[in-house]
Amino acid sequence: MSNVAKIERDPNYQELVRRRSSLGWLLSAVMLVIYFGFILLVAYAPKFLGIPLGNGVTTIGIPIGLSVIVLAFVLTGIYVRQANSSYDVLIRKIVEENRS
Amino acid sequence: MKRFAFLSVILLASMPTIALAAGAIEGGSKQATNWSAIGMFVGFVGLTLAITYWAAKRTASAADFYSAGGGITGFQNGLAIAGDYMSAASFLGISGLVYTSGYDGLIYSVGWLVGWPIVTFLIAEQLRNLGKFTFADVTSFRLGQTEIRILAACGSLVTVAFYLIAQMVGAGKLIQLLFGLDYWIAVVLVGGLMMIYVTFGGMKATTWVQIIKAVLLLSGATFMAGAVLYKFGFSPEALFTKATEVHPKKLAIMEPGTLISNPLSAISLGLALMFGTAGLPHILMRFFTVKDAQAARKSVFYATGFIGYFYILTFIIGFGAITLVSTDAMFLDGSILEKTKSGIAAIKGGSNMAAIHLANAVGGNLFLGFISAVAFATILAVVSGLALAGASSISHDLYGMVIKGGNANEQDEIRVSKIATLVLGVLAIFLGIVFENQNVAFMVGLAFAIAASCNFPVLVMSIFWKGLTTRGAVIGGFLGLVSAVVGVVLSPAVWEVTLGFAKGSAPIRLDNPALFSMAIAFVGIWLVSVLDRSKRAAVDRDGFDAQYVRSQTGIGAASATAH
Repeated sequence: MSNVAKIERDPNYQELVRRRSSLGWLLSAVMLVIYFGFILLVAYAPKFLGIPLGNGVTTIGIPIGLSVIVLAFVLTGIYVRQANSSYDVLIRKIVEENRS
Repeated sequence: MKRFAFLSVILLASMPTIALAAGAIEGGSKQATNWSAIGMFVGFVGLTLAITYWAAKRTASAADFYSAGGGITGFQNGLAIAGDYMSAASFLGISGLVYTSGYDGLIYSVGWLVGWPIVTFLIAEQLRNLGKFTFADVTSFRLGQTEIRILAACGSLVTVAFYLIAQMVGAGKLIQLLFGLDYWIAVVLVGGLMMIYVTFGGMKATTWVQIIKAVLLLSGATFMAGAVLYKFGFSPEALFTKATEVHPKKLAIMEPGTLISNPLSAISLGLALMFGTAGLPHILMRFFTVKDAQAARKSVFYATGFIGYFYILTFIIGFGAITLVSTDAMFLDGSILEKTKSGIAAIKGGSNMAAIHLANAVGGNLFLGFISAVAFATILAVVSGLALAGASSISHDLYGMVIKGGNANEQDEIRVSKIATLVLGVLAIFLGIVFENQNVAFMVGLAFAIAASCNFPVLVMSIFWKGLTTRGAVIGGFLGLVSAVVGVVLSPAVWEVTLGFAKGSAPIRLDNPALFSMAIAFVGIWLVSVLDRSKRAAVDRDGFDAQYVRSQTGIGAASATAH
């Protein structure tokens, strides 16, 4: 248990938790807003999604729907990139310093 | 090993007989084209049995059996997760939905995808750092083992059961149509192969079957969507124009339609799709097959990419089927066409066959055979993953942790797992046959609702909330489970369609209960935990700090392999 207390006081650990939590919850909130924004459009403004783009039959709903899919992937990519480049470095440091 | 070889010989030997029988039943009709499908399917089964044989020789410890010894790479696991998720229901079901309703299909695809980023941000790494074989390892990390394991096992088994029934019934129907086999033969074949993969090859075989199938499915769907776009000069606008001309709903297929009946229903369904993903036991189990948290995180990234790409393909495939299948008499049932005057309604075998007929339209018999075989392989792989998750829950959570109090002999635990797989397999075959003529469409939605209302709340609260206590998790979790099941039974889909009560009489007007069942679960967990003054509650809260440090850093996490 003392090891836990020691890690909790480690500034690297505090930085890791602060950065990972804030990014994780922020990105989750962004995804929720994007997705439920889309669902609310479907529920309350289906006709808006049916507005044609230009003179064609393709509606504005098609790029909106597809971009939710693409954004989900992009957000995941942002998190993984951050984690790979900075969280892993911090974790390695914490593990090194607290080897018992 | 002998037993395995024996079983596979019987199975392989019986394939041509079954095929011959099918050929005989169908006589000289068009079913003859299915030879290529049967050939390719036999090839797939042969390959996967070879892999199972290989995996069986390398599966000795519990870690091998449950988590492939942790030796799967992030990329491989990404494919396997995508494979688990791209079930026949999503491939044939979504392309069929696009075929009948156009844009509505996209709404489902989006919902099914957006759970993945949440899994990445909040669950994947923590899960790998805290758990070993099942997600209950995580939820019971600092809470009372017995109660939490029982809760998790109930949540897992109920989710797996409904998902499994839906897959088995779908499999039987599909194989009947594709290969001309009798329904029960198809169900027995799927159940039998699944038992062989899982009991002999464990997670290693199940993962590789899933990876191979994912690659085949992604390649097949890519070719099909590419062929559709090629026919329209790679102009989606041209494709959509033609589709709106031939579809009876005309321009309405380009916007949300009648599928979403009311706003609350839409939000509730959205919640179930999004958070159900993060509570499916067979998916969560995959995070233990990789080396560490970093690989777990990468695997969800790859999986999200593959799944998103796949859903975009199914959208194109659905529109392709509108233009190429609903306009070609070869794929339509003449008598229905006569009555309804709609090529969409008259499709042979129902809308779920849209992608299959399209394969024939763009690639001829050989490609039809390929896609049919891939669809069969998809069912087989998904069913195997589900069975393994269910069996692990029985052997690891119930037998190992509850009955044996964590002191089970490893070999005994594996044996229990194999027996559980056989029991689940027989049960799946039995239920598949029982439910043959029932409408099982609601079952996948129910599985997602239970996963979102029981497994997910307990999992996420146990990882992030210090105040969670055993009593809170158990009471809240069971409230979520029960309210999800009750909510589905009282919903229009079951109350009116399946149970046959008068239209409009369903007590709950939501097609999916997630909106209130998730709320009940979260509020229940929170309230009971806050009011919990028991001794156990103090232990639960005290354990949080150590758990949190491990979930963040991975210090002390289960190592990659047991050898």
